[in-house]
Amino acid sequence: MQNENLVQISFFNQLMLVHPRKKQNERSEASVQVSEYFVNAEGTGDKVNLSDLLGTVEKTSGASNKTKKQLRNLQSSKETLELPLNKQQTEKIQRGIAYEKTTAEVSCWKNIILQNQKAEQMVFPLNQESSGPKRVEQVVAGWKVQTPLEQEIFRLLHGSRQPVNDPVLTPVEEQSLKAMSLEEAKIRRAELQKARALQSYYEAKAKREKKIKSKKYHKVQNKAKRKDFLKQFDEMVKTNPEGALEELKKMELSRMEERMSLKHQNSGKWAKSKAIMAKYDDSARKAMQEQLQMNKDLTQKMVVPSDDEHESIEEGLETVPDFVNDPETVIDPVNPWMRGQLTHEEPEVSCVTAEEVQTAEEENEEEEIIGEFERKRKLRQADEEDLIPTEEERKKTQEEDEDEEEDVSEFNTLFRLMRSEKTREGSNQTRGGLNTAGEEDEEGLLSEGQIRVRSIEDLEVLDEVVEPRAIEEPSAPQTAAAEATSEPPHKKKREINLKEVLTKEAKAVRLPFLPTVVDEEERDEQISIIKEAFAGDDVISDFIKDKSRQEAAGRPAVVDLTLPGWGEWGGVGLKPPRWKRKRFRIKTAPPPPRQDQKLPDVIISEKRTASVASHQVSQLPFPFQNTAQFESSIRTPIGSTWNTQTVVKNMTKPKVVTKLGAIIEPMVKEDFIKSKTTAAGGKGAAIMLGENRRAKEGTKRTKILALTELPTA
Amino acid sequence: MAAVTPEVLTSTHVEKMKKKKLPKRYWEETEKTDQSQRRPEEEQGKAGQNQNKSTVKEKSLKRKNGESLEKKDPFPGEAPIPQKQLQKFQRGKKCKVPAGARERLKEAIAISEAMSEHAQKQAARYDLLLPEDAGFLEGDEDEDTNTISQADIADAVDITSGSKYFNLHLSQFGPYRLDYSRTGRNLLVGGKKGHVACIDWQTKDLKCEMNVMETVNDVKWLHTEAMFAVAQKRWLYIYDSKGVELHCVKKFNDVLRMQFLPYHFLLATASATGFLQYLDVSIGKEVAAICTKMGRLDVMAQNPHNAVIHLGHPNGTVSLWSPNQKESLVKMLCHRGAVRSLAVDKTGTYMVTSGLDRKLKVYDIRAFKPLHSCFLPAGASCLSLSQRGLLSAATGEIVQVYQNVLGSNPVSKPYMAHRLRGQIWGLAYCPFEDVLGIGHGEGFTSMIVPGAGEPNFDALDTNPYRSHKQRQEWEVKALLEKVQPELIGLDPGQLSKVDQASFEQRHKEQIEALGFDPLAKDKFKPRTKKKGRSSAGAIEKRKRKVAHEDQRVFLSLSLLSLFAIISHCSYYRHDDASHRRCNIFKQSD
Repeated sequence: MQNENLVQISFFNQLMLVHPRKKQNERSEASVQVSEYFVNAEGTGDKVNLSDLLGTVEKTSGASNKTKKQLRNLQSSKETLELPLNKQQTEKIQRGIAYEKTTAEVSCWKNIILQNQKAEQMVFPLNQESSGPKRVEQVVAGWKVQTPLEQEIFRLLHGSRQPVNDPVLTPVEEQSLKAMSLEEAKIRRAELQKARALQSYYEAKAKREKKIKSKKYHKVQNKAKRKDFLKQFDEMVKTNPEGALEELKKMELSRMEERMSLKHQNSGKWAKSKAIMAKYDDSARKAMQEQLQMNKDLTQKMVVPSDDEHESIEEGLETVPDFVNDPETVIDPVNPWMRGQLTHEEPEVSCVTAEEVQTAEEENEEEEIIGEFERKRKLRQADEEDLIPTEEERKKTQEEDEDEEEDVSEFNTLFRLMRSEKTREGSNQTRGGLNTAGEEDEEGLLSEGQIRVRSIEDLEVLDEVVEPRAIEEPSAPQTAAAEATSEPPHKKKREINLKEVLTKEAKAVRLPFLPTVVDEEERDEQISIIKEAFAGDDVISDFIKDKSRQEAAGRPAVVDLTLPGWGEWGGVGLKPPRWKRKRFRIKTAPPPPRQDQKLPDVIISEKRTASVASHQVSQLPFPFQNTAQFESSIRTPIGSTWNTQTVVKNMTKPKVVTKLGAIIEPMVKEDFIKSKTTAAGGKGAAIMLGENRRAKEGTKRTKILALTELPTA
Repeated sequence: MAAVTPEVLTSTHVEKMKKKKLPKRYWEETEKTDQSQRRPEEEQGKAGQNQNKSTVKEKSLKRKNGESLEKKDPFPGEAPIPQKQLQKFQRGKKCKVPAGARERLKEAIAISEAMSEHAQKQAARYDLLLPEDAGFLEGDEDEDTNTISQADIADAVDITSGSKYFNLHLSQFGPYRLDYSRTGRNLLVGGKKGHVACIDWQTKDLKCEMNVMETVNDVKWLHTEAMFAVAQKRWLYIYDSKGVELHCVKKFNDVLRMQFLPYHFLLATASATGFLQYLDVSIGKEVAAICTKMGRLDVMAQNPHNAVIHLGHPNGTVSLWSPNQKESLVKMLCHRGAVRSLAVDKTGTYMVTSGLDRKLKVYDIRAFKPLHSCFLPAGASCLSLSQRGLLSAATGEIVQVYQNVLGSNPVSKPYMAHRLRGQIWGLAYCPFEDVLGIGHGEGFTSMIVPGAGEPNFDALDTNPYRSHKQRQEWEVKALLEKVQPELIGLDPGQLSKVDQASFEQRHKEQIEALGFDPLAKDKFKPRTKKKGRSSAGAIEKRKRKVAHEDQRVFLSLSLLSLFAIISHCSYYRHDDASHRRCNIFKQSD
């Protein structure tokens, strides 16, 4: 908006410049309506003279004497004012001043740019902040409350004495946080990852299982879970009594809930229908029974197995279990009211089939974890609901139960009818239980593997078994030793054979071994013999010929530019005259001496190897003045074959390092100024900086887009 | 000076007794001696005259030291590196900053110098990670080591080392050529009559054995233990470690000797037809085939320093070859008879040759000068140099090992000797082991030569104990670091030098390499115009307008060559010459 206005104004000004003569003359005639925009004044175009002003100045009392005097002087002075400089010149001066200003402003960048150019390695972004998430107070530091809502929130926060601006962590803590090593972080990350993955697996599994419609499956599942839980609970009692107590509480709670509800009471619609069918249908009967059993199990009072009790129970087990004497249990193991103390019985054990055991075992691990999750969830729920029924409530529920007894009486009659069958089944079950127990025993024996020593006789038997091993073991080293001892003889035998051969001959040879360097006379003889032998092919002269040929080939040919018959008679057998030969035979400069000049028995090829040339540097790189300097600068190889690891890393480090994903902000003046001041310490600033524009202009920043480019004015 | 230091010390001790007890540090002593060493003249002057003064001085000095020592690092700065080690890792000369150098040049030189110094120091520092020493054999007094038999050595050393002396009795298909893999774990033997076997010789585990039913001239491991090349009667074959034939390279015929250049992945072969060929085993391409015109090539060695191939010839010369040049790099006359065998030192400094003239010569192949020669009565048929510079020579049926051959001192008596039955056909030292393998008519013998192998190995380059996985990794890395065959030359540091050839020369080479001149001006091609102005006649007219420019260039070039031709002619007639000249000009038109 402002800009637009500015544009308009400037446009208007330009218009005025274009038509300076055309003045808008306002109407001066009297009218009824006087426009508020046009103040009509007399003598609008007239100039104001100094003398006009002076008159008033004299009159006004407020004006100082000094100014009055000056004005008077001005009036009296007759000198004309100097003409102002023409436009070009003023502009030139202004440009000069502007140039100086900008150079001063820009030259403060010079040093840092040079420094960066020279630097072996630059790491961008320049002022790197620590990676990782920032704490809230760091983020919030520059932020201030503005809106009333925020103010309200802040007031509340302050009221409750929550930390707002103060650092939550002490510097020491911060450091320790930072100091978490990479490995730790990695390990932690891996853990989290695993946990997450597991959780997702379990969730997926739970979903899948939840979708299964088979009731039997769920039943089995639940049973397995319960069994598992009991097992765990037993362990927990030993290892983690507090946890066990909690579990107990939970169980108590579930018992309460069970007792409160009519679930598993065979009082629902389904139960009634089943009760009708129970006469004819065996499965219906069974289902009902199971329901009742469930109810019974759930409503059983858990007795905390204290240590004393445990001992007493064990003692009891030694003699005769109490419940054996109890006739009721034998008659009706299902009826909850007929039961006494049944906390130690685990009737499910017998019921669980082999399959179930398997499945249970398979899912043990997963269920453990699921169980943990669920337990936690339950705990949370329990806490939230806060549904711990009081004593009164419990009493009420009991009363209600009693009330309900009448309703259930019908069911009870049915129940009694079924009793006989149940007893049969019960006996079967117990038998089955016994069987399984026996099996377990057998399994235990099987799984034991090693024979347990029970008596001295056993020990003796064992000895018989063990001893041969014991004998064998020492025998092995013996045999090995025997082998070792036997081997050398064997070896020796073999070597003796060789030795016989060798020594016999070696003795004979010993003399011819030594005289490797032969006497001069003999040598001469030898030489003469060789000479005779190689009389035909003169190796040396051949070689010399070859060499001279090579040398000749290497010598540049003389360029003969004589034109025979030019300016003279031509014909057969005529030689160009001497002056002509002298003048027109051009001798080229002799080549550099051959490498093998001083080696008579060596021919070294003078051919340039062009193949390497394509890989070589053909032009001297910039800062170097001669090849020796450059060659010495690259004389140290940078490969890891010739250097230690650190050196290789050091030598091949990149010139510029950038962080992936990080924004590289243009360099700000403050950055290097700060660094300079911190680095230089007490030293005064080496370069004069212009006025700190940033301080004046607030957020406006002077930026450098590229380090090598200086910003132009 | 030596007299001064104890005195000073005693005085300090006395002082200590009097003064409060400062816990004595073990470095204080050295500090004190340093102090005394710093100005020995002063101390010496004063020591005799006034002890009291000196003690007083010492006291004050000590107090100062005591105060400062508690805070100071006892060993300030870096640990010193012995000069000798530093010198070992010196690379080239330091460059001095010229007097009138610009700032940028100064900086560039300073940075590079600092970096190379750092690298040198670090390398010298890490040198202590090579802790192993080479073994040696020492006889009793008045006992020559060469009289000690292999059996005695095998008995004296530990079992594992003793088991490294063994014989393989293979009298049926001999004589045998052999080759150890670069790591020294595997041995490849090839009998003349076609028997080829590769063995993990330390465990004596036979990896493969076969008969190729053809004459076997030479066997060679390729870059890994998984592949080896066999030069058979006609072609070159490549087998894998299980003996499966991978390739039959029919471009390589009648190969007599082979060398494998491990860093270039090149298999160099010398054939009976006088061809030296290079096969790049990484890409399966023939890199170069050079006709040496030197006859049958049955003596061959490689220079491990610069990958130059040395060939010995029947006329007593040894020639050096690279795949980049069609003619020999160097040809040197070494023997008056034919060259029988060749060996080049690991550092590429020395070459040992033996010829039919029964001489053994040691050359410095940096300067191509003979160092010393000696006369072996039996002559050496096979030569081999170990990693530590032991020379083994097969003289008749005896293998002799010489010590300190590579140097200025002449060859004296042998270090060790071993007699075998049958003609010796191949000699090779096992890398990183004190073992010399000998292939002969009666099979193969592994001989213990203490001090032959390099005790410290570079596990990233050749690791004798590497696992399968490590080998795979190494193979990939080695392939990535493969040196191109163009870089083979006498000077391996050629690459780090500035090419100072003139522009013309480079241009000429470019034309040779490309087959055309990349900078050549295009021939004048008249523009097509409309309205009948692009008729054949018009175009020709326009061409003729600029024809003289091309002609001028051509003339100036041809004139030189023409006169060169003319000058070569012994006689000619004026008419003929002018006629020919005319012809040439016509051609140019």
